[in-house]
Amino acid sequence: MLLIRRFEERVYRLFLEGEIPGTLHQYQGQEAVAVGVCDVLRRDDWITSTHRPHGHALAKGVTARAAMAELYGKATGCCKGKGGSMHLGDPAVGMLPAIAIVGGGNTVVTGLGLAMKLRRTEQVAACFFGDGASNEGAFHEGLNFAAVEQLPIVFVCENNLYGASTPYGRVSLVPDVAQRATAYGVPAQIVDGMDVLAVRAACAEAVASARAGGGPTLIECKTYRFTGHSRSDARGYRTREEEDEWSQRDPLVVIGARLDEAALAELESEVRAELDDAVEFARSSPQPDPAEALEDIYA
Amino acid sequence: MPEASVGTRRLTIAEALREAIAEEMRRDPEVFLIGEDVGVEGGFGGAFGVYLGLPEEFGHERIIDTPISEKVIAGAAVGAAVMGMRPIADMQYSDFLFECMDELVNQAAKLRYMSGGKLSVPMVMRAPVGTTLRGAQHGQCPESYFVHVPGLKVVAPSDAYHAKGILKAAVRDPNPVLIFEHKLLYGSKGREAAGGLDLTAEVPDGDYTFPIGQAVVKREGRDVTIVATHVSLYRALAAAQELAADGIECEVIDPLTLQPLDGATIFGSVRRTGRLVIVHEDTLTGGWGAEVAARAADECLEYLEAPIKRVATRDAPAPAAPVLEEAIVPQARDVIATVRGLLA
Repeated sequence: MLLIRRFEERVYRLFLEGEIPGTLHQYQGQEAVAVGVCDVLRRDDWITSTHRPHGHALAKGVTARAAMAELYGKATGCCKGKGGSMHLGDPAVGMLPAIAIVGGGNTVVTGLGLAMKLRRTEQVAACFFGDGASNEGAFHEGLNFAAVEQLPIVFVCENNLYGASTPYGRVSLVPDVAQRATAYGVPAQIVDGMDVLAVRAACAEAVASARAGGGPTLIECKTYRFTGHSRSDARGYRTREEEDEWSQRDPLVVIGARLDEAALAELESEVRAELDDAVEFARSSPQPDPAEALEDIYA
Repeated sequence: MPEASVGTRRLTIAEALREAIAEEMRRDPEVFLIGEDVGVEGGFGGAFGVYLGLPEEFGHERIIDTPISEKVIAGAAVGAAVMGMRPIADMQYSDFLFECMDELVNQAAKLRYMSGGKLSVPMVMRAPVGTTLRGAQHGQCPESYFVHVPGLKVVAPSDAYHAKGILKAAVRDPNPVLIFEHKLLYGSKGREAAGGLDLTAEVPDGDYTFPIGQAVVKREGRDVTIVATHVSLYRALAAAQELAADGIECEVIDPLTLQPLDGATIFGSVRRTGRLVIVHEDTLTGGWGAEVAARAADECLEYLEAPIKRVATRDAPAPAAPVLEEAIVPQARDVIATVRGLLA
């Protein structure tokens, strides 16, 4: 969690300094979700991610080096510079390139689950998506099919209250995304998405059920992004009071309260060294050969 | 074409496709079929009966009936394919592909690239096309939309031999392949539309594939090259037969694959004949014929003795009334008039 937080802070600075090209959708505030879910997944379990994938990637096992180099657009990035911020991922650690179309992962994940079921591998697929995706047709088609076929999938909703600038209450009369799961016969849980242990406990149960052939579960994590939607967002649609309230529940503070100061300081210093190394690696890595732009289109 | 000595039978396209799927499913346990109404007991074996008998042999675990959820059909195929399985997905009508454009265009076509080449998406999507008195939403020929997308392959077989060989090649291809078939050509219904030509073809016994990316010359000729698919191909052949009576020799090419196009066969022919007519049932503007024409202008302009002509469906939604449909869909007489105009 600390690695994700510091990674995102570092990336933001490097972006403003002009070192990282493109755009950014940052994950500060939501770390407990990625970590709580991925901690109970095996390396050969899979995840699908979204346009806000940095935290998911680091939690599933993409190294800080490979992620940072990808953000720099370097040949050594986890996607050879062809994915970038919004498509971070690595099949080697069980993560599809992140799907930056809202709801896009919700149908594709059923294929991951179907393959796992047909091959009887006892693997599980977790699908991260936001509150916004719950209003996409893909959410409904994917959830219903996963239910009908009893696929080994955990649908993880990160309800951070806003789809870009739009409050969820403005676009759904049903306040909880979890309520929609019941309509498809899928068990659902609402958890405190700022508490990594709560997320972890709920996910452990869902994963165990999916692995045992019990079909899909939906877990709705109530969470909050501490930054804007993307790097240019001044957050005029929400109040500073609301932001202050949520910052009291910072997932790092919640879990940090359980650790002693010396251990935290040591962790900070390890993370700092890992990120120094990642940035140095990304800076010193070669640019992709321009001819690479026409490679990897067809197998 | 196969020699008679290996043993052949005359099959319709529907029969040939059914054989191709069954053979591939026997050969490779990773192949499965997914779509609407494909395996329900007492059902109709897919919209055009291609899958009849398959559930009895392969069971419902590998012949998967889905809800009416086209996004999930395509998305499940994409997901299973990236895991290394070989899904054959079914769209009842190609018009429904617009329901799953995200899964095909944003996911299937791009996941390999976005992953830096670490993934592949070996899936097949079957989709029937054809303006066949069903009106605007069950009568489109949307091949051209997909020809435009880097990462996808697009094939359009018009007879049983090539349909079987290409479908088997598509299942074994490591890329997403869309296979467009014409509704009137599955059985014998299209015989009249095809000018009375026999739509069955000799299909050899046993295993064979036909390469994606290879066109075939259906009729040789020195005066004009005609490139056409599906029912338009048979209308072009009927036109060529009639024109031959007047001493005009048309070379008729079935491109079979629209992406990647077999430029060597098509433009090699254009360089010999000096004239090119493209015939398709897709609408004119931005249709795949425009791409063939652009490439011909680019690659063989100095050989051309006449303007490149496209004979395509007029730019209108498909109407339901037979008279209206015939007014906008290319007929053999339109091909004949166009060729005569080029040689006048």
